[in-house]
Amino acid sequence: MLEILNYDFMQRALIAATAVGLTAPAIGTYLVQRRQAIMGDGIGHVAMTGVALGFLMNTSPVWMATLVAILGAVGMEIVRSRGRTSGDVALAMLFYGGMAGGVMIINLAPGNSTASFNTYLFGSITTVAPEDVTAICILAAFVVAITIGLRRQLFAVCQDEEFARVTGLPVRLLNLLIAVTAAVTVTVAMRIVGLLLVSAMMAIPVAAAQRVTRGFVTTLALAMTIGVTVSLTGTAATYYVDAPSGAAIVLLAVAVFLVLALLAAPLARRRARSKAAAEAAEASGSPDAVDALDSMECTLPSARQAEENVKV
Amino acid sequence: MDHEEPEAREPVISLTGARATLGSRPVLRGVDLTVRRGEVVALLGANGSGKSTAVRAAVGQVPLSGGSLQLFGTDLKRFRKWSRIGYVPQRTTAASGVPATVREVVSSGRLARTKLGLPGRGDKAAVQRALELVGMADRIKDSVNALSGGQQQRVLIARALAAEPELLIMDEPMAGVDLANQEVLAGALREQVADGVTVLLVLHELGPLEPLIDRAVVLRDGCVTHDGPPPKAAASTPPSSQLRSSRGYPQPGHDHVHPHDGPGAEPIRTGLLS
Repeated sequence: MLEILNYDFMQRALIAATAVGLTAPAIGTYLVQRRQAIMGDGIGHVAMTGVALGFLMNTSPVWMATLVAILGAVGMEIVRSRGRTSGDVALAMLFYGGMAGGVMIINLAPGNSTASFNTYLFGSITTVAPEDVTAICILAAFVVAITIGLRRQLFAVCQDEEFARVTGLPVRLLNLLIAVTAAVTVTVAMRIVGLLLVSAMMAIPVAAAQRVTRGFVTTLALAMTIGVTVSLTGTAATYYVDAPSGAAIVLLAVAVFLVLALLAAPLARRRARSKAAAEAAEASGSPDAVDALDSMECTLPSARQAEENVKV
Repeated sequence: MDHEEPEAREPVISLTGARATLGSRPVLRGVDLTVRRGEVVALLGANGSGKSTAVRAAVGQVPLSGGSLQLFGTDLKRFRKWSRIGYVPQRTTAASGVPATVREVVSSGRLARTKLGLPGRGDKAAVQRALELVGMADRIKDSVNALSGGQQQRVLIARALAAEPELLIMDEPMAGVDLANQEVLAGALREQVADGVTVLLVLHELGPLEPLIDRAVVLRDGCVTHDGPPPKAAASTPPSSQLRSSRGYPQPGHDHVHPHDGPGAEPIRTGLLS
């Protein structure tokens, strides 16, 4: 088993896998918290244009992808913060424009770039170049510093944005920071997991962790642990099985999710029962239960106003 | 508490001639709302009357197309001391896409003071105190997802109290909250008012808070139609089915004691109805 450590390319692949396992679930926890897990997918699509530009201009695809992904993520954040109904159409254009741009540019690039382009889509353990390792480590350190160091502030912004603004936090800045961090994570992950599967590593470890956790920080920590475990295991597995590493890692993450969901099923049932019991006790103790329902219904129009009027 | 005439105290919120639109629909059409230090003001009105928009405008969360807003005598643009304000937005849940403990949610209210820095011992103590005020200290390690709607609302109010604000602004704090939890919230609010905290709250009906309210401002179609003593028995809210039991006073099967009835109860402030 340890003989895989004798190969330089495997050492690099395992370092990159550790970076992916730490960063993708870390930023993913915040994206899942505000039900925006799909954002990673969109940034991945946009980053394709960056990778292709890197090939075309013979510069490092990693840095070019980082640049384009950040521009795309900031664009998505602006669309999100405006909260317009036409927002999803704007996002679709950004996502698929980015993907089409990548495919178009890669065909203009000289040589056999199309084959190596595929390794960026689904990940590959053999392609992590020595200079990539440096870039990946620097970018991963940035992501971990933001997601751990600012966890209280980012938690507040993702939990309840309007409340966070009234506490005087620089919410607009923190939102941009989340977008930039997500973009950087995509480029950290693209070598090992691939641009089309990166979103899975942002969402699945978090979904798996929250089957058994009660708090935010414990979810964050467990998601990162699961992330590192599956990405190291998946990377090692593709040394023996000739398959894209991203596919192996994501399948392992799904397996971990299923195992935890099964193990936690009795726990979830017990929690649901005790919550239902608490609410039933309150409802029966309250002659106002019907009125309470009335007033909940009555508040709906104002709730809708609140959404329409989101201002950042 | 001081005994000056309320008119002599300095205003903490002054919303003057406020106008706001949602899309092309005018929601506020020149609303004047002044809340002075130590007052407890209820904002009443039918659905769609603009009361929620008015209160969100008062914390700078709705852009005004006309008029002005001053908080603690400072124009909104230059106002920075947000820790003086505790805000409870209108929500029916404290939960989000990822589990969070009661402590984590309430601690985020403390960010008004710690900002980008690290929390210290005093911050942890303030979170604990805020939870004790709403009677949720024993649930501090629990997930908010495991709480009932009324308990979640208590957690959200503790989150606002964690910053130890001078002004509490609450948007429908009683919506969807059962009577027992309403009484707990009324008790917590009574303590805050006794400590001199100013309160502005949107209410659908006065309910158990009625004895606390000094003044009611009634909105209709984005205009103020009443500013003065609170109407008796929530007469301003049209659906008459709610008048029946809206006062929150003893009902069959509901036998707890009102705190202000007890002999040792602290004197509540001199509201018009108390």
